[in-house]
Amino acid sequence: MSPAQWDLPPELCCRPMAFVALTGLDVVYNAIHRAIWDAFCANRRADRVPISFKVLLGDHEYPKCRTKRTSYEWYIPKGILKTGWMNKHLNLVPALVVLFYELDWDDPQWKEKQSECATKVEIVRTSLQGRNTKVAVVLIQKKTPLPPGEDLVASERASALCGACDLSGKSLFVLPHTDHLVGYIIRLENAFYEHAQTYYYNEIRRVKSHKEFLNKTTHQVTRISAVNRNFYIAEFIYKDPHTFHVLSCRYYRTAYSLVHELRAHETNMLEIKTMAGFINYKICRLCFQHNTPLDAIAQFRKHIDLCKKKIGSAELAFEHTAWMSKQFQSFGDLFDEAIKLGLTAIQTQNPGFYYQQAAYYAQERKQQAGQLCSHEPGVVYPAPDPLETPSGALDFYGQRPWRQGHQSIDPPDSEKEKQGILALQVKERDVLHSELVIALLSNAVAQFKKYKCPRMKSHLMVQMGEEYYHAKDYTKALKLLDYVMCDYRTERWWSLLTSILCTALKCSYLMGQVKDYITYSMELMGRASILHEEQKSRIEKNLIKVLMNEVPQPEPDCDLTSVKTAQSLWSDRISLAGNNEFTIEVQDYVPFVQCKAKFLYPSFHIDEPVQLHVYVRADCPHPVRFSKLCVSLSNQEYNQYCLLEDTSKEKDILETSTQENMCLVPGKTRKYCFKFVAKTEDVGKKIEITSVGLMLGREMGRYVYLNWRGGWGDAASSHETLQASRSFKRRTRLPEQQLDWDTVTIQSSTMIISRVPKISVQLTHEPPALTNEMYCMIVTIQSEEDTVAKDIKLTAGLKPGQDASLTQSTQITVNGSEVCDDSHPALLPDISLGDLQPGQKIVKPLYIHCMSTGSRILLFHVAYSVSATVEGKDINCKCHKDETVTLETVVPFEVAMKFVSSKFEHLERVYVDIPFLLMMDILSASPWPIELVNSEVQLASSMTPIDQPQSQVEGVTLQTSECASECFLLKCPPVQNGTSTVASGHYFISWKRKSAFAETSVVRTIVILPHVMLENIPLYVHAELPSFGRVRESLPVRYHLENRTGLVQDVEIGVEPSDAFMFSGLKQPQGRNGDTSIEAA
Amino acid sequence: MAVCIAVIAKENYPLYIRSVPTQGELKFHYTVHTSLDVVEEKISGVGKALADQRELYLGLLYPTEDYKVYGYVTNSKVKFVIVVDSSNTSLRDNEIRSMFRKLHNSFTDVMCNPFYNPGDPIQSKAFDSIVSTMMVQAC
Repeated sequence: MSPAQWDLPPELCCRPMAFVALTGLDVVYNAIHRAIWDAFCANRRADRVPISFKVLLGDHEYPKCRTKRTSYEWYIPKGILKTGWMNKHLNLVPALVVLFYELDWDDPQWKEKQSECATKVEIVRTSLQGRNTKVAVVLIQKKTPLPPGEDLVASERASALCGACDLSGKSLFVLPHTDHLVGYIIRLENAFYEHAQTYYYNEIRRVKSHKEFLNKTTHQVTRISAVNRNFYIAEFIYKDPHTFHVLSCRYYRTAYSLVHELRAHETNMLEIKTMAGFINYKICRLCFQHNTPLDAIAQFRKHIDLCKKKIGSAELAFEHTAWMSKQFQSFGDLFDEAIKLGLTAIQTQNPGFYYQQAAYYAQERKQQAGQLCSHEPGVVYPAPDPLETPSGALDFYGQRPWRQGHQSIDPPDSEKEKQGILALQVKERDVLHSELVIALLSNAVAQFKKYKCPRMKSHLMVQMGEEYYHAKDYTKALKLLDYVMCDYRTERWWSLLTSILCTALKCSYLMGQVKDYITYSMELMGRASILHEEQKSRIEKNLIKVLMNEVPQPEPDCDLTSVKTAQSLWSDRISLAGNNEFTIEVQDYVPFVQCKAKFLYPSFHIDEPVQLHVYVRADCPHPVRFSKLCVSLSNQEYNQYCLLEDTSKEKDILETSTQENMCLVPGKTRKYCFKFVAKTEDVGKKIEITSVGLMLGREMGRYVYLNWRGGWGDAASSHETLQASRSFKRRTRLPEQQLDWDTVTIQSSTMIISRVPKISVQLTHEPPALTNEMYCMIVTIQSEEDTVAKDIKLTAGLKPGQDASLTQSTQITVNGSEVCDDSHPALLPDISLGDLQPGQKIVKPLYIHCMSTGSRILLFHVAYSVSATVEGKDINCKCHKDETVTLETVVPFEVAMKFVSSKFEHLERVYVDIPFLLMMDILSASPWPIELVNSEVQLASSMTPIDQPQSQVEGVTLQTSECASECFLLKCPPVQNGTSTVASGHYFISWKRKSAFAETSVVRTIVILPHVMLENIPLYVHAELPSFGRVRESLPVRYHLENRTGLVQDVEIGVEPSDAFMFSGLKQPQGRNGDTSIEAA
Repeated sequence: MAVCIAVIAKENYPLYIRSVPTQGELKFHYTVHTSLDVVEEKISGVGKALADQRELYLGLLYPTEDYKVYGYVTNSKVKFVIVVDSSNTSLRDNEIRSMFRKLHNSFTDVMCNPFYNPGDPIQSKAFDSIVSTMMVQAC
């Protein structure tokens, strides 16, 4: 009984096709025949008719035909379906035999050839002996035939040949061997196919006709025949591609229900199930082909529900599960095949489920085989072999070899029956069940992967791993389990993880894999494991043994022989050959030790020691000792200060008296403090905890390093931290020295910052600053250090990062005596101020030149170095202190200018040669008094002063919003054209802030004088008027008229008095300008 | 009546899981875990279109030979899974629905407990007894 016993026979799984035998072809030596044969066989695509061709000899012997029974009265069928029947009708009994014969119509030896052909036909007929198989003749001709009816010789000879061979005209074909061979062949095979169909149609009729003999369907025998009949019909119909779907399926269904109507008992149960399985397969297959997958699924479900309980003989229960497994598997195969042909499956209905169920039955089969086939050692395979049959094969599907054809309820020979069952059981014992299970599971895995079921996939992989474990392939088992473990870990299904870990631990024990053994033990002892205390305790003891280089106790429920091998493997490991140091990256696991490392503060000053706390906690049942605790920092130079090592070299790992510090008591949090002095180069840098390592075991022997990357956290920590942070729970006060684990927060990096400066920086100044002034700021630096502050450097100026235009308009210098220009920077770096003794102070004035108004931030940065002692170490600390100040800049004064006449009347324009006044008003806007040192007018060429211009405001001090004015008498020389705008020149004001606070320098401000309209006038009228007059007294008025042209002008003057005046003197004088002066009084 | 009842957190880890003690507990854990595949698929499929009036009851997740697995998702994405025996054909969809509704009510009570930290395993006696009423009584 090979595992293949349960496989469906190939002739069942293939698609039934009409079988046509070709004779008279010599495909080996005749090239033409070869070409014909190739044209039949090659390229049989779906569009060609379903025929299977075979070349046979002319006298080939076909299976003998039974003599037809005329009465079924005494007929007792020996079984349902003969094993040979399907093969017979597929491959042995042809529907049509075709005789190929080379003969042209005008062959000179026509007569002889005709009779030879007739003989050959006769031989074929004889060998078919009573079968209804049709015979046809194909004449291979060298000439292309004429159109039908034109070749009279041909038609005459054709009918003669038909007569000689006893053939109908439809069975004679001509195959001209010309260029269009394939075309002829396709036409030929279509004709063959029609013949074949006729044959199968007749066969169906013949089978159907048997019905008449079977009058009652209640009899078991007749039922069997009915099944048979329907199956046959369905099979024959199936061969026709046009009708097979519906009709064939209907007959199969009838056959199927008839199978279940058969009276089932222990002796024929297997036969019924086998038959039901066959027919079910056919139905499902047809449904899938017909694109009705739901029908297929429904049929299959019905099939399973009907057969599930038909176990048959209890002693051979494994046969039932094997059969069930096969049913699911073949349905899965059919489903998968249909998907490949375009069917779409969904997540909840895909072949994976059927493979999974098949695997489940295979597992059950294995279990049953284990129970039923565990014979005593003395039991051997019975002889003679009851499974041997004379022919080497069974006559009917699903029957017992030792009682073939037997149809009654009781077995004929109980002794034989026992032997047979024993033989089957012994065979079953040798079946490699695990392989079957694994193959099915891996099929299912592939399907579930396709249909987006990651968890189902993981579950099946676990099952595969477990099956490999049972099959003692521990390497593969471990590989699979290890692969899926992390899925369960990240999803936090601890119950499932624990179960997987237990199997994995067994595997690693049995293989003597030290690292895996340690890893799994650690996780099983930890908080993620749901094992009981005593189990954890056992594992811990084993782990300690392994770390002490001893052989661990075997895991429970392991195969005894494997345990023996494992023990010797572990004994070999004692020699410590090979690698004995293991590093476990904790973030991928949930080990029994937890760790949190933190810096005490987010930053430390360079002159204080950096403090680091490491909290360690164990969840295992017994105290555990470690031999080393080390912290790796981003700057590895500090690592040496963060190391706790077991210095004693004593052998006993459990010795705790002196080493209490390095012993972890379950459930208690231990704190280890480390301290170190940071290097001065690290000021401004970040120090990070890159990892924390905890060493278990001995450096001399075997040890394992638990490595926490970043100083804390394993695979479960982040969730736990989140839950703890959400928790309402009050932090319960624990006894002294004990900490609540959840309250320990993480601080995995710290900044090293410079020492706090002990100096004071003061700024003295009088804001706001005035535009363009050299604004004085006095920086006072006073040392409060205990030692000398060396190398004091002051950086002062505009704080970087402000508007770029400010940089352009701000300059700073230490020299206040001169006004800054563009060569001075906005920020003056590193002004060296020397050393400063304790208590001493330095005063440094700085001058800032602001060319634009607005506010700007100024920075005063004082840096120095001082030596300090930390933890007995002398270090040179650099300190610095920053002062910033926001400085407003305002304009000191505003200058208003205007042109007025000599009578202080406002002038829109000035006239050539007529004197006028230029008047300036200086309005102070400064909050501080301003002293005007000097002022000066620098005239443009278009204007000349009339007298010596001299400053009238020199030495004047202006308080806030006071105004100083001065004027200059000017006139304009003549210009060429009549009216034009002329420039006036510049006005210079020298001024300084009047301050008691610091010596200030004089600032010269330039004001551009406005342009003015200049006009030439021909006649200048000038009136002389007394400043006042008296009532009834004369008021003498004198008008001067001046002709400013080069020509004599006639003038007429009229005076119109107002109502307040009366006239005396000339009222309308006339004259000529230039020669006389006209005066009116 | 159910053979296994489970409450699964939003992040897909179990908050509560109870099964009849007669059969393998582990098997039920695996069944519940694998059913989350279908739950996830159903949530992601439905979530977009009808986020608001989404039906909480997901119906039959998938049938195995022996068990039927039903699912239910609360608005906060906490999942309830009920496993019933396939042979128990008397249970109708409506009864399953009402079981889920009862479970949801009891779960809401658990959440309302100020001493319960959401995300922690459920250890409520009241919840336990509600679940007990829905479970197949162990013989």
